[in-house]
Amino acid sequence: MPGPRYLGFDTLSLHAGQPPDPATGARAAPIYQSASFVFPDADHAAGLFNLERSGHVYSRLSNPTNAMLEERVAALEGGLGALAVASGQAALHLAVATIAGAGDHLVASRSLYGGSHNLLEYTLPRFGIETTFVDPRDARAFRAAIRPTTRLLFGETVGNPGCEVLDIPAIAEVAHEAGLPLLVDNTFATPWLCRPIELGADLVYHSATKFLSGHGVVIGGVLVDGGRFDWDASGRFPTLSEPHDGFHGLTYTEEFGPAAFITRARREGLRDFGACMAPTTAFYVLQGLETLSIRMDRHVANTREVVAFLEGHDAVEWVSYPEAKGHPDRELASRLLPKGAGAVFSFGVRGGRAAGQRFIERLEVFSHLANVGDAKSLVIHPASTTHHRMDAEALAAAGISEGLIRLSVGIEDPADLTADLGRALRASQR
Amino acid sequence: MELRIDDRRVFAATYGREPDPGRPTVLFVHGAAMDRTVWTLFGRYFVRHEHNAIAVDLPGHGRSEGPPLESIPAMADWVAALLDAAGIDSAFLVGHSMGSLAVLDAAARHPERARGIVLVGTSAPMPVTDALLDPARANERLALDLLTLWGHSARAHVGGFSVPGMWMTGGGLRLVERAAPGVLFADLDACNRYADGIERARAVRCPALLVLGERDSMTPARAVRDLEAALPVSRRLVIRHGGHQLMSERPNQVLDALAEFVG
Ligand SMILES: Cc1ncc(COP(=O)(O)O)c(C=O)c1O
Repeated sequence: MPGPRYLGFDTLSLHAGQPPDPATGARAAPIYQSASFVFPDADHAAGLFNLERSGHVYSRLSNPTNAMLEERVAALEGGLGALAVASGQAALHLAVATIAGAGDHLVASRSLYGGSHNLLEYTLPRFGIETTFVDPRDARAFRAAIRPTTRLLFGETVGNPGCEVLDIPAIAEVAHEAGLPLLVDNTFATPWLCRPIELGADLVYHSATKFLSGHGVVIGGVLVDGGRFDWDASGRFPTLSEPHDGFHGLTYTEEFGPAAFITRARREGLRDFGACMAPTTAFYVLQGLETLSIRMDRHVANTREVVAFLEGHDAVEWVSYPEAKGHPDRELASRLLPKGAGAVFSFGVRGGRAAGQRFIERLEVFSHLANVGDAKSLVIHPASTTHHRMDAEALAAAGISEGLIRLSVGIEDPADLTADLGRALRASQR
Repeated sequence: MELRIDDRRVFAATYGREPDPGRPTVLFVHGAAMDRTVWTLFGRYFVRHEHNAIAVDLPGHGRSEGPPLESIPAMADWVAALLDAAGIDSAFLVGHSMGSLAVLDAAARHPERARGIVLVGTSAPMPVTDALLDPARANERLALDLLTLWGHSARAHVGGFSVPGMWMTGGGLRLVERAAPGVLFADLDACNRYADGIERARAVRCPALLVLGERDSMTPARAVRDLEAALPVSRRLVIRHGGHQLMSERPNQVLDALAEFVG
């Protein structure tokens, strides 16, 4: 007889957090499109506000459809709880704001999604939170950048735009030696390809806009608490280990133990900053999660075909995918991302900015737009779009060459993808 | 609240209010390898309703200094000592799993301290299979997984937790992962060796409430029946589809039962 086991990933993708609806028996996730929820009586109401009763009050704080999504992502990531929020950006902000304030400091990978970089480099300093950016491949640089005021280390499983693979076990060790948690943006890998909490990360977030929802129909974010970090022992996290005046003197570590972080993030961050997710959005993300592993396997298989095609093409100068020849993180990727390194990567078109522009305008199956992680294949040429104001030198400083093309490979017939790319590459060289 | 018992540091959650001898007290005792945090929702309720609530960390658990106590009677005596240290004469004693045996034993041997007992996820005896004891003795990860796998009903493994956004089995696992090496084995061994439950139950003089999970695979049905029959005054609540970790599986139902019992 096989021993007892937890439900497997694919079963959790379909079921976690969503038993048949207790009120109606509905098998699909009902969209609880309601701002508030009726109190059975006054004492129950007081109990809900005082964290004695479990349940829903007001959809900024929690909502039954969102809660299904939260449980499901927590289950898939191997965490103890999660929060659904308005966007990936909101998730990053909530993670930082829950444990850091004016005078505090973060250490982050310098290979981040542009929006994350903006938040840390330009916007959070206005609120007194500074960030030092370091090479994600250099664990010693993370260690060297830690100050007495540091509260968090942060990186992406697979970075932007060079597909730097974060050595999560090594960076987690640096973080934990210093009594600090590690936050990982797992958007590009998804829990099917990488489970950062199992590798040592403490907090994980997603832009659910991308592969989790998977169809390019919503903006959303999810923040997951791994529940292993000992906030009391660290002594650097008064928001969690000392009484919270904003909640009648509640000390989160005392009363919620491993769930201290996620409880404060909801009770303070969602309540006060208010970046909640709409329940309809949660429904779409839940729907997407049902097919997560199937989609990701296909995304990866198609990516491998596309990478092989580009590696053999005369008009392509280089291909930067962790599994590609010569990528510096090839060995690390085979250890941390054995099922594949995702479906977002970049390559260089011979001929620079003008060739890049000709290339992108000839694609028919790939859509030219600013997003990744859609079931449909996507493409962007930063030098002629998002970064068009920058000259070659400024681009190089941002790690972007004039011919750099970023692809997000979809789940179409791969032969149509390579044919589309081949046609556009030929046109780019005329 | 920090106290000292037998010259060791002891921690108990009191939910923002130090115990006041003028109010009725509800004292909570957690199960194997767990700590005070399993009782937070319930403790907060009683404090708002003009009671003292004290959720202890048994020695070697949570924030209380070790080593863990070696037997159920030692835990029962420790509960009485804790009431002394807190300046409380008597209390409603609420225990889960191993804690339920500690509370039962305390009510029998220190009858003046118990106004009522609530036994959640209980049975007497409470045998522990070698399949769990062996990995616990060896401090193997498997023991924590088995505790989590068997401790939650099949429904709980799917989720649908009433506390928004929390993944029940993940939370349960993280809590027992915090237990220091040796603690889980000491606790399970104490449960397994405790043979006096039925005899002690006959000596209980206060009312008892049993809160049971219909699908609790950790506590044998027969051992629940015998316990219930031995208690002079008892009531029971069986939670449909419930497993062993009832405070997380069905917090509102458990709270309703507690609130009604304590009054
Ligand atoms: C890796 C990564 N993280 C975070 C974000 C931000 O997510 P959102 O756009 O949902 O706020 C993005 C968006 O492109 C992203 O690609």
